[in-house]
Amino acid sequence: MAAIVRAHGIHKHFGALHVLRGVDLEVAERELVFVIGPSGSGKSTLLRCLNRLEEPSGGRIEVDGIDMLDRRTDINRARQRIGMVFQSFNLYPHMTALGNVALALRQVLKLPRGEAEGRARAALERVGLADRAGHYPGQLSGGQQQRVAIARAVALEPRVMLFDEPTSALDPELVGGVLQAMRELRESGMTMVVVSHEMGFARAAADRVVFMDHGLVVEQGAPEAVFGAPREERTRAFIRQIDRH
Amino acid sequence: MSWDDFALAFFSLDILRQACPILLSGLVQTLLLSAMVVPLGLFGGVLLALLATVRSPFVRWPLMAWVDVFRSLPPLVLLIFVYAGLPFAGLEVSAWGAVAIGFFLNTGAYYGEILRAGIESVPAGQVEAARSTGLSRGQAMAWVVLPQAVRNMLPDLISNTLEVVKLTSIASVVALPELLFQARQAQSVTFNATPIVAAAVAYFVLLWPVVRLLSRLENRQLAGRR
Amino acid sequence: MTGWERFADSFLNARVAAEYLPKIVEGFGLTVVLALCIIAAGLAAGLALAVVRSLGVRPLNWLIIFAVDLFRALPPLVVIALFYFGLPAAGLSLSGFAAAWLALSLVLMAFSEEIFWAGITAVPKGQWEAARSTGLGFLPTLRLVVLPQALRITIPPLTNRTIAITKNTALASVVAVPEILGAAQAGVSFGFNPTPLTLGAAAYLVLFLPVVVLGRWIETRFAWKR
Repeated sequence: MAAIVRAHGIHKHFGALHVLRGVDLEVAERELVFVIGPSGSGKSTLLRCLNRLEEPSGGRIEVDGIDMLDRRTDINRARQRIGMVFQSFNLYPHMTALGNVALALRQVLKLPRGEAEGRARAALERVGLADRAGHYPGQLSGGQQQRVAIARAVALEPRVMLFDEPTSALDPELVGGVLQAMRELRESGMTMVVVSHEMGFARAAADRVVFMDHGLVVEQGAPEAVFGAPREERTRAFIRQIDRH
Repeated sequence: MSWDDFALAFFSLDILRQACPILLSGLVQTLLLSAMVVPLGLFGGVLLALLATVRSPFVRWPLMAWVDVFRSLPPLVLLIFVYAGLPFAGLEVSAWGAVAIGFFLNTGAYYGEILRAGIESVPAGQVEAARSTGLSRGQAMAWVVLPQAVRNMLPDLISNTLEVVKLTSIASVVALPELLFQARQAQSVTFNATPIVAAAVAYFVLLWPVVRLLSRLENRQLAGRR
Repeated sequence: MTGWERFADSFLNARVAAEYLPKIVEGFGLTVVLALCIIAAGLAAGLALAVVRSLGVRPLNWLIIFAVDLFRALPPLVVIALFYFGLPAAGLSLSGFAAAWLALSLVLMAFSEEIFWAGITAVPKGQWEAARSTGLGFLPTLRLVVLPQALRITIPPLTNRTIAITKNTALASVVAVPEILGAAQAGVSFGFNPTPLTLGAAAYLVLFLPVVVLGRWIETRFAWKR
């Protein structure tokens, strides 16, 4: 299978802090890669480097054949192909659910209003929120907000979706709906990179699990291998901690 | 002093009738003046706020110094400096010109601060979400940041605009025939305080609704701050 | 003479500066005294009104709200003119200093009452109830429990408002008070050179720039703790 994301030797410094110390990550088409690791391991930073919300200090990143770090790359066009879902949803509070999804369709893809709203409505339908199109984020539950955020990314028909702890800001009873939306996305063949602590979801849906610590990839493999028989002591300790919860 | 004397000195209908045309012309000038200086100040403020989004220290520090200097100088000092000082440099400015320059500098600095704070009040995640869907920096500003910023800073914007309209009264010092100037003229001719009282009443009637609205908005804002 | 030399001769003339510096320094002293008198009287009166308002006596509150709205809506210069040029018609003459002090104190009273009141209402009802349930009376509750919390959140808006109103001391030059601007203008017309205005502007910067920077600092510091 062809790799759609190729990141090699990614470094990231925040002042004196060396957050990523040469990370390699390749993601094949239609693959779901799960990134786990303790807080401060650099997993979220890695994700944010992939669409250049963070500027890597060094390394090479290619997504769908586009060199992301090339100065000549039109970063706004490249980002259309990379959807992102944030921990804190980041929905625009002054727009309805439909407005949130339609904004980039109209402003970036330059679709006419009717077409943009049609596509936005279809995306909301995919996450089961067609009936909430006219609601403002403040009128939606956290789980519904996150599903709108997923629809906002999916509507642009990205080649890859990045999920940055999509369920950690949610009350437990609201997690299910978001995971369901992600599962359906996965079944439709979307390539996904997920940073999350939802180990049950990882076991059930991930093709590969990547364990990061201190800015490096420590171990990776199929979920049953990494969870069932981790090779590294650090991985074992982390999984023991997570399982206790 | 009897009540009748008092009423005659401050609320004489006779005097009011005489002074009415000149007061009305002053009121018109005050409104025209406001219609000039508010957009002018807003324009200056937008320029400053946009400059403030540049992160380079070579822009940031001079910008902050500029804003603070013009917030430190009393507007009347600025106005007198421009009106009475610049002719010595060979630059003759009319009263209107002096008011325009002075207000652009002073009011622009205040509007600039308000707009900057409003823009900064929008969480960084909003810009990130917008940029992650491919919106450019300018598009994210126009569609995501500014609409939220304007809502957050609305009370401050209205409050500053109220202050600017009130401030136009200092134009009387450079003999621009606005409301206060005309009232003073009428008062000095008639030796009666009625024109000034009438001018005060005019200001109050004009601006009271704004004050009411503001006090409601501000109470809500401060209560929400806890 | 080059352009710069002519400019320097006009605006930065050492001989003129030396001649009028003492007058400006005197004016500086007068501005400081006037400002302190305004701050003391204005804030005290504002706080007093806010406390009276918290008693909740209907007619009294309407009166307070009207007075506050009145002095928020009127331009300070109009209030000064009313006292200085208007009162003599009632046989009551105020000095320029007294007129400016009274007018600006009333303006500061109005703005600070509004801020103090918003601060008091922002303290949750439960604080009152808890204190009263322990047997504290109305005034001790206000003084020991409510005001300390209310004052904290009022500090940033109060600082900025106080600075803005104190800068209006320059308006006293209009009623012949020889404070900084008055002294500077007298210097310009006697010496026929604008250097005293430059000195005056510098004096205002010396006085207000530190306060404006302090206000900015207070705002960010208190915003941080939110």
